[in-house]
Amino acid sequence: MRARIAAMTVLGVCTVYFLTPIWWLFVSATKTRAGFTSTSPLWFADFALIGNLREVLTYRDGIFLRWLGNSVLYTAGAALIGTLLAAMCGYALAKYRFRGRELIFNVVLGGVLVPATALALPLFLIFSRAGATNTFWSVFLPSVVSPFGVYLARIYAAASVPDDLIEAARIDGAGEVRTFVTIAARLMTPALVTIFLFQFTAVWNNFLLPLIMLGDERLFPVTLGLYTWNTQVNQVPQLRGLVLTGALLSVVPLVIAFLLLQRFWRNGLGTGAVK
Amino acid sequence: MKTPLRTLGVALSCTLLITACSTPSDSTAACAPDDAEPVTLTYTSWIPGIEEVVQVWNAANPRIQVKVQTGPNGNGGTYQNFFNQLRAGNPPDLGQIEYDALPSFRVQDGLFDLGACENVTAARGQFIDWTWDQVSFGESDAAYGVPQDSGPMALFYRKDLFDQHRIAVPTTWDEYAAAAEKVKAAGGYITNFSQSDVNQFAGLSWQAGASWFASDGDTWSVDLTGPETTRVADYWQRLLDRDLVSTVPPWTTEWDNAYNSGSAWTWVSAVWGANSISSGAPGTAGRWAVAPMPQWSAGGTVAGNWGGSSTAVFKGSAHPYEAARFALWLNTSEEALTLLAEKANLYPATKTGASLPVYAQGVEFYGGQKIYEVFARAATQVAPGFTWGPTMTSTYANTSDGFKNAVSGRGTLADALAAAQRSTIDTLKSQSIPVKE
Repeated sequence: MRARIAAMTVLGVCTVYFLTPIWWLFVSATKTRAGFTSTSPLWFADFALIGNLREVLTYRDGIFLRWLGNSVLYTAGAALIGTLLAAMCGYALAKYRFRGRELIFNVVLGGVLVPATALALPLFLIFSRAGATNTFWSVFLPSVVSPFGVYLARIYAAASVPDDLIEAARIDGAGEVRTFVTIAARLMTPALVTIFLFQFTAVWNNFLLPLIMLGDERLFPVTLGLYTWNTQVNQVPQLRGLVLTGALLSVVPLVIAFLLLQRFWRNGLGTGAVK
Repeated sequence: MKTPLRTLGVALSCTLLITACSTPSDSTAACAPDDAEPVTLTYTSWIPGIEEVVQVWNAANPRIQVKVQTGPNGNGGTYQNFFNQLRAGNPPDLGQIEYDALPSFRVQDGLFDLGACENVTAARGQFIDWTWDQVSFGESDAAYGVPQDSGPMALFYRKDLFDQHRIAVPTTWDEYAAAAEKVKAAGGYITNFSQSDVNQFAGLSWQAGASWFASDGDTWSVDLTGPETTRVADYWQRLLDRDLVSTVPPWTTEWDNAYNSGSAWTWVSAVWGANSISSGAPGTAGRWAVAPMPQWSAGGTVAGNWGGSSTAVFKGSAHPYEAARFALWLNTSEEALTLLAEKANLYPATKTGASLPVYAQGVEFYGGQKIYEVFARAATQVAPGFTWGPTMTSTYANTSDGFKNAVSGRGTLADALAAAQRSTIDTLKSQSIPVKE
């Protein structure tokens, strides 16, 4: 009983710790500019959320909506393709025997250790050489690869896709691709959802790469757009309110993605445990 | 997925081939018109609404089209991007660079010297002299950018509170210190000491006659501990010691709130500060006024400067002449300056800029006072000869670290400057920039 109370206390403190900034963001986004500096930061004053939202969405011909759209494109696209690539790669590494397999795996594993930040500048120089900076692809292509995803997919494929099942599929006449798509990928679903979520958040929050690559405002993802506004607050103080409301809007897709996918995720983890 | 990847791969190898085969354009080309017009220039700036200003140019100049690129402000990432792009060999033709960052681009040899452009040298007389110093670094025929905006300083004060407590508006720094005591007695602070934003302190030192850097050809000297700067540091140290100024960090909501709630009564700031107060402390509308900056000697008329930027042309631009034409239009024509004032509160660096109709009106927030008359006068009274160094980012960081310590009672402002002096010299040396000790 005491252990339970202690655990609940720790969890409670953590929850408060993690949720307070979001609460603050929500409360702040509902305030007028005058109310923001002069009222209590953690409780509502004059409720102006609707007006603030309208201002964010219409400022400069609705550039914010475009940023949000860009983020969805970069993120959903990169996460989907990235997950698929990681799944295929991890499955191949786990289930096929070929020369250099361990070497490839170790290189990929090494990739997990290299922070994305360290790669941004070399990537810029490469894309610059190719004349491809300041394009959609300069942000999209580097986001597609996920060494951690490959690692996770390999571990999970090794543990959850029995060799016998693959053998059986082959005997029944299924090709390798079909075996992967209809059998292995399904067994790996929980891992794939995890990889997708990791990729999704990583790309959604990616900041340095677009900062370095992009100069055209119309290609910005929402993180870079908000940051840009935030650095201009001294010149145009009106932007402070827009940054707050925009930040609130920009976490909504992440929350939705988590709420939708966590069911699969938990299911999958549970399945593994019971087995 | 496969198709775009392959397309890019093909594009990639083609581009590599093309760059390998074509001869590089002569980057040291003189400033001559390009006969092969039309040309397209790229221009990177973070001025809010700059696209609309450039549209006006594009509409009137079909043969010289300008493409705008935007991003965060200079120190927020755009300067780093410029350096990356210079290293990769594809900087934009033009870029916005603040005065205090220009020297770092110059020592990296990233700027085209517009002194080679006759149209630029001919326009020199249109700019307020000290703003030209900011882009020429005192070299007689050089111009490493076209001056864009300036930040002449003045005193913002709560007229209602000063009137109500019968405190005279200070005209000298001695009177300011005396007023600070009366304000304290009335339950407020006369202002805050800007512990984390060193630029205000630089502006105050500038007014006192300091120059933090000097370059004689290639060798730099650093002077953060000269008598003028020390005088300013000692002055604010005394106010801090007697708890006559608050230490609220600038640009925070706490700081806005100090202005909103009447606990901060004055702010010695630049022309753009007018907007910071009106939007940070909207509850105090109508209660503020603007007066000239307090002086070190009674009857003096010297102002400081805080901020300002230039439009620079990067080395490697294939069209420096056209770029210079655009930069001159952007920073001298009435229509561009008016738009820049309306969209982004940029205060021009030209002599006639102050007489634009936008600056002739009274400002409602300041009780209808024609506040820009004060700044127009201040702009002509800024001390000439203040030079920035090539490693300002680290100088600012070191100074503000020391200031933060001084504010919390560890050491003094003078100590902070002495330490910043030493570390600035070390930084210059570590970047192989010759420095006189």
